[in-house]
Amino acid sequence: MSGLARLRLPDTARPGEVVEVRILIQHDMETGFRRDMQGRAVPTNVIQDLRAMYAGNTVFRAELGSGISANPYLSFFIRATDSGEVMLDWVDTAGVRGSAAAVLNVA
Amino acid sequence: MKRRPFLGLLAALIPLANIRNASAQNFLPPQDLRPFIDKLTGGAPVRAGRVTMEMPAIAENGNSIPFTLRVTSPMTRADHVKSVHIFAPRNPRPQVATFHFDPHAGKAEVTTRVRLAGTQKIIAIAALSDGSFWSGEVNIVVTAAACLDEALG
Amino acid sequence: MRRFREYSLLVLLCAMPFAFAQTNPPKPGNDFQSRENRALEADDFANPGMLWVEQGAKLWRETRGDAKKSCATCHGDAKQSLRGVAAGYPKHDAKADRVLNLDQRINLCASENQKAAAFPHESRELLSLSTYVAHQSKGQPIKVRVDGDAKPAYERGKSLYFQRIGQMNLACTHCHDQSWGKTLLAESISQGQPDGWPAYRLEWQTQGSLQRRLRACFFGVRAEQPAFGSEDLVALELYLAKRAEGLTLNAPGVRR
Repeated sequence: MSGLARLRLPDTARPGEVVEVRILIQHDMETGFRRDMQGRAVPTNVIQDLRAMYAGNTVFRAELGSGISANPYLSFFIRATDSGEVMLDWVDTAGVRGSAAAVLNVA
Repeated sequence: MKRRPFLGLLAALIPLANIRNASAQNFLPPQDLRPFIDKLTGGAPVRAGRVTMEMPAIAENGNSIPFTLRVTSPMTRADHVKSVHIFAPRNPRPQVATFHFDPHAGKAEVTTRVRLAGTQKIIAIAALSDGSFWSGEVNIVVTAAACLDEALG
Repeated sequence: MRRFREYSLLVLLCAMPFAFAQTNPPKPGNDFQSRENRALEADDFANPGMLWVEQGAKLWRETRGDAKKSCATCHGDAKQSLRGVAAGYPKHDAKADRVLNLDQRINLCASENQKAAAFPHESRELLSLSTYVAHQSKGQPIKVRVDGDAKPAYERGKSLYFQRIGQMNLACTHCHDQSWGKTLLAESISQGQPDGWPAYRLEWQTQGSLQRRLRACFFGVRAEQPAFGSEDLVALELYLAKRAEGLTLNAPGVRR
């Protein structure tokens, strides 16, 4: 599983403004209910934990299950306080980690 | 005489095989969510309100359905949403996702895309910083595909 | 009784254009999708197919094979060099001496110019490159050559399109010329236009090629599926592309 992901947030924000963070991650979000061409069960493998860090806080966390679509998309909000990095990281059932970051300029 | 235990074993296996097959299909009855909800509330009352969900009324495919969740809250340190639990009672695993918020989030709103195993009522339970629990629900019809595909199901 | 006859003639006359309903002008594939799917396709951030475009852009610059060349070594910036190119595929290739679809053309480049192994069909790499290349023709009119060396393949594709196949004894034309716009269970039958491919299909939960979609149609009518890359599928792709003239290429599409 490649760690390919797209992260988007506004380049700039006013202090106190609530801005949208969007992320799209390439991941099969394997349910564990599928079988491969040889009839073997494909084990469950989902991004089970995703965190968003900003200005020293974990501002958002998502625990995902097999009920979230393949190539998961998430949009959530943060209140802009200081200029700095918005960092997202995640881990799947197989223990593979991924991350993405972008800078938010607050002025 | 030897045939009988064998038939008995066979009969015992059939329901198991059926459950296995049905687990990924659309035919699962809704599961009782009470154990899940009791676990997160510890038996505290859950009031209806504050939580709204937005989904299309009909989905052509259960694999990817747009889903937006909103909880009314000032999102201050004193009064904010701590977490929201999403349940799909007809999914083989009813716990779809749990979202944790922080006052720095500004607002308790999430958009994602969900997989649903058939027509059902989606339930969300929000845990607030004052210890109260609130719930919302939304109904959705998931239709079956018209054309068979080579996909393995 | 006479009035009834008059009425039935009127009804028949009114129904005539529909009985012979054709695909002129052609309607894009996403016209037959739900509002939600059209919205997802139009969202250039959330459209999951864009993940393949992004990976394709990375692979474009990656050196591969014994020739130690990347796609960019020869073609430079795809945004300029490949604008409109995918909208002209399938296309006859003089060196290969046959009509090639975009996947096959990419693999020809891999083996001939990069001196590298061909990518397996439906592999993440091939789909990334084909989606990336197709995306460079976004909004460009679909226009293929069906004369000269391409004529036999076009004629073959056309005859396959009208050939009844499978246990259901249906040809492509029965659904996609005569019945488009009608409802099959909860779905609306499309014209079978290739303008959104490679596309992200919710049923597959991944990006896939037009050939994979065509094979699914063969399966749907309970017919034997032609192999990936077979002359039949390429010929059918060529006929579909000619039939789609008047539409623009808009990959990656989102389909149910």
